[in-house]
Amino acid sequence: MTALDIARWQFGITTVYHFLLVPLTIGLAPLIALMQTVWHVTGDERWYRMTKFFGKLFLINFALGVATGIVQEFQFGLNWSEYSRFIGDVFGAPLALEGIVAFFMESTFLGLWIFGWDRLPRRAHLACIWMVAIGTNASAYFIIAANSFMQHPVGVRYNPEKRRAELTSIWELLTNNTTLAAFPHTIAGAFLTAGTFVAGIGSWWLVKEKADVSEMFRPVVRLALWVMVAAGGAVAITGDVQGKLMFQQQPMKMASAESLCQTETDPDFSILTTGTHNNCASISRIIEVPYVLPFLAKDQFTGVTLEGVEDLQRAGVEKYGPGNYRPNLFVAYWAFRAMIGWALGSAALAAAGLWLTRGGRTPRQGWFRRLALWALPTPFLANSAGWVFTEMGRQPWAVAPNPTGVKEIHLTVQQAVSGHAVGAVAASLIGFTLLYGFLAAVWFGLMRRYVVEGPLEHDAHPPGARAEADEDDEAKPLSFAY
Amino acid sequence: MDLPHFWFLLVAVFFGGYFLLEGFDFGVGMLMPILGRSDEVKRRVLLNTIGPVWDGNEVWVITGAGAMFAAFPQWYATLFSGFYLPLLLILFGLIVRVVSIEWRGKIEDPRWRRWCDVGIGLGSWLPAILWGIAFTDIAVGVPLDENGYVTGGLPVLLRPVALLGGAATCLLFLLHGAVFVALKTEGEIRVAARRLAVGLVAGAAPVVLLLGWTVSWALGEQGRDMQLPFYAAILSSAALLAAALAVRLVREGWAFALTGASVLALAVLFFGSLYPNLVASLPYPERSVTIESAASSPYTLKVMAWAALGTAPFVLVYQGWSYWVFRKRISAAQIPPSIGLSPRLPAPGKAGEPDGNAGDR
Repeated sequence: MTALDIARWQFGITTVYHFLLVPLTIGLAPLIALMQTVWHVTGDERWYRMTKFFGKLFLINFALGVATGIVQEFQFGLNWSEYSRFIGDVFGAPLALEGIVAFFMESTFLGLWIFGWDRLPRRAHLACIWMVAIGTNASAYFIIAANSFMQHPVGVRYNPEKRRAELTSIWELLTNNTTLAAFPHTIAGAFLTAGTFVAGIGSWWLVKEKADVSEMFRPVVRLALWVMVAAGGAVAITGDVQGKLMFQQQPMKMASAESLCQTETDPDFSILTTGTHNNCASISRIIEVPYVLPFLAKDQFTGVTLEGVEDLQRAGVEKYGPGNYRPNLFVAYWAFRAMIGWALGSAALAAAGLWLTRGGRTPRQGWFRRLALWALPTPFLANSAGWVFTEMGRQPWAVAPNPTGVKEIHLTVQQAVSGHAVGAVAASLIGFTLLYGFLAAVWFGLMRRYVVEGPLEHDAHPPGARAEADEDDEAKPLSFAY
Repeated sequence: MDLPHFWFLLVAVFFGGYFLLEGFDFGVGMLMPILGRSDEVKRRVLLNTIGPVWDGNEVWVITGAGAMFAAFPQWYATLFSGFYLPLLLILFGLIVRVVSIEWRGKIEDPRWRRWCDVGIGLGSWLPAILWGIAFTDIAVGVPLDENGYVTGGLPVLLRPVALLGGAATCLLFLLHGAVFVALKTEGEIRVAARRLAVGLVAGAAPVVLLLGWTVSWALGEQGRDMQLPFYAAILSSAALLAAALAVRLVREGWAFALTGASVLALAVLFFGSLYPNLVASLPYPERSVTIESAASSPYTLKVMAWAALGTAPFVLVYQGWSYWVFRKRISAAQIPPSIGLSPRLPAPGKAGEPDGNAGDR
């Protein structure tokens, strides 16, 4: 293994880890804000208890999300310093904006929300969780704008004297069409994740025999199921838009996703192939569907010619010199299918849940309870698969060349990596992997423990919002303390 | 002032703000086993003095690093690839601290809490020492190769002067934390924190002075401007002495302002020594990363300056508001009973029944 391989593994592991937790945070914050809003408006205490119940799970998750996120902010400089030198002028801007606009907001208002139940007027306390929700979503926008630049660089020029990319328009950077497609897709995925999380856990409790608990969970399950339907639709539509964009901007990525080796007119969409996949000659296509791929690529059923991996490779060598410009075909092909396939878990839960809870019914089926649990991990897996596809489909580029952009703006991962010794990078890879693995186990244990415990007795009634005689009750216990 | 210099100042402000705000968070973390020895409620009082604000404080370094990346990519790349091991240890510390603070109260089990306390300790001691080492190193100068990588390894990183820098930040943060605890608590802990603070001044003030003198001497050897670190150190230690006096007079607000000023003076020492370099190169000064050579393009600096100036007031206002909301002192009597769950799941079949711990409020 070279330092490059290890650095790639490290970035992959830490990022996939981070993004197991992030979508839940992004989607759950607005859902909790919504629950608290319903309680605030209707005064129905069931919604208060759901706010507290899912709020606890949210906080357990948020902690690890923050912890793994800190690493990402530093890792560009640690392991990818040549990349940072080349692209910092452009890439640093959305990162800094993310910090100053979004991170401050979510962290400060989250502190106010956690500790402010009896310190703030109710309306201000409600506003705090909405600020957290806005902050988490805003941070996603900035970081996706940064990532989209790596997929499709815009708003940039090349400075030959300093040998670096320079920003020419922040507006173009923030309205990159890749960003405008990737952001809604990611957010929809996050809402699907959080919806599945709430509906899955809620359904599990719904099927339990105790009537009072079922009654408590019913409304929130219905809400989450409808969120899943809306988010699922949005995922599909934004995914389609993004796919069409990718066929124009990164044809190699899409050709790899289809294991389309030679340029073909009206190729069939492949569902199953066998072979070692990194070798075009070994691939045999087993199940194929006609008309789908041309539609995915260009909104037409016929008359579409798509370039194949081998032809794109030849074009790459001609344009950028000798080298391998093919991503890992096996990963690209299967990650794409896994992303779409895992979403079926959420779809099954949404369909079964909406049917079984129709017209005020409370489901009692054991299989539904099992389905709810099995569906829980699927959106997380789909999110990971989607990002693995996006990022590994970009290889060998750290900054992929824009077919209609400035021709000097591209960088391979080989050129991007820091010049560290193998031992140093390997030590950090092992360190992070072990630490993250351990924390993942603790995270799962805590989440499971708090889900199984259900709504807690001491959260049965809301604390009094800030009392009139605030100054007099110095010794009153805090409503929450670590 | 031109844009690169403005951004140098702004990055210094971010890191100064980080030291000022996280300084007492680290201090409280380091003091938990000392002031809260053998008493769980005391430890919880300490932890809850920073409870609602520590997360927002930590963002200062993330935004500082982001600002560094945007405004001086060469600085960001050189610093973070050059200080590979210290930064990994800092990151390790910050990770375990975040989860230890947030997860500590979730499980009702002394062993669980002990492990979380270890995490909070590691996450407070490691960064408190290592940031001082790293910043002293770049202020005095490190060997850079022609590609801008720091060479020389651990013997360079752990030079005596750098260790002195680590000791200075560590002692200063401990003291800053002790004064913060004295300001934010009531009862026994407050008294103990005051006593400790006065003692810590006796340790911190000489170390800061010695650091200033050593850095100043090292800069003089290289023919660089040697006055600023010296005066900054004098200012910093003078503020410490005044803080000790304020603690004796039970003026804890003043004492906190003074230790804060001392921390800021130390930041001035670091960043002032650097100027006009960003990473000083020894022994080839022409390889130094300077404000001019590392700055982003004028357009990026301008756009980001507008963004920073436009949003910073809001950040300051709502962070200030959160400090205002939680301004009251905390006493042991106010700490609510622990509401953590028992470490094990309820027996199968009884799942969902509230167990003994959950209902004891």
